[in-house]
Amino acid sequence: MLLIPCPWCGDRDETEFHYGGQAGVPYPERPAELTDEQWGEYLFVRDNPKGEFAERWSHSAGCRRWFNLVRNTATHEIVR
Amino acid sequence: MTVDLREIALPRQVDLRVDPIAPAATRIGELLGTPLPVVPNTGSEAVLWLGPDEWLVFGASEDQLRTALGDTPGSVVDVSANRVVYELSGPDARDVLEQGCAIDLHPRAFGPGRCAQTMLARANVILHQVDAAPTYRLLVRPSFAGYLTSWLRDAMSAAG
Repeated sequence: MLLIPCPWCGDRDETEFHYGGQAGVPYPERPAELTDEQWGEYLFVRDNPKGEFAERWSHSAGCRRWFNLVRNTATHEIVR
Repeated sequence: MTVDLREIALPRQVDLRVDPIAPAATRIGELLGTPLPVVPNTGSEAVLWLGPDEWLVFGASEDQLRTALGDTPGSVVDVSANRVVYELSGPDARDVLEQGCAIDLHPRAFGPGRCAQTMLARANVILHQVDAAPTYRLLVRPSFAGYLTSWLRDAMSAAG
């Protein structure tokens, strides 16, 4: 069980949160001009590092706000 | 066993969303007789903090709040039927809740005037500590209320 620091509510159990995947994936500037491969890449392909990873989380059972944090995927340590 | 569980009827509840620094937030504070709390997870019997721009207001009507909101962007929704309210009080009340609640309810971290949206025995609740007896209010969705009261009775038989 992770203890996740919600920027509003403080440390709460992981069960109160919803995972939102990789943070900082920009929406394509001209989505209509993308090939199917590029669109598929944007929709589905995410980094999978062993180490620090910027993620989106939502405090779904609490204040329901989205926020970013950086977690080490190997040690589960929440870096910031 | 010194803990008491009862269902209470609260005046109407309205979910309010508004920018806390907008003049409308001040107007709403004047209507309620208390400013909208901006410290996370705090509140009173008039209004509870639910999010940085969201509150649960007790007593005031949708119309009153909508008038106070004016044309400021925001939302006012009557949610009176949305939750059942239980009051758990007595010296052992904290022991009962601690059997199923992960947040720290010790007086050093949680006390009168604090509230939290969290999980109690895997059910979503709004927990509000009213006084130092301690008295807690539990606001829970009606579909979870039967389950939660069974769980609370079981926890009450184990506490104290």
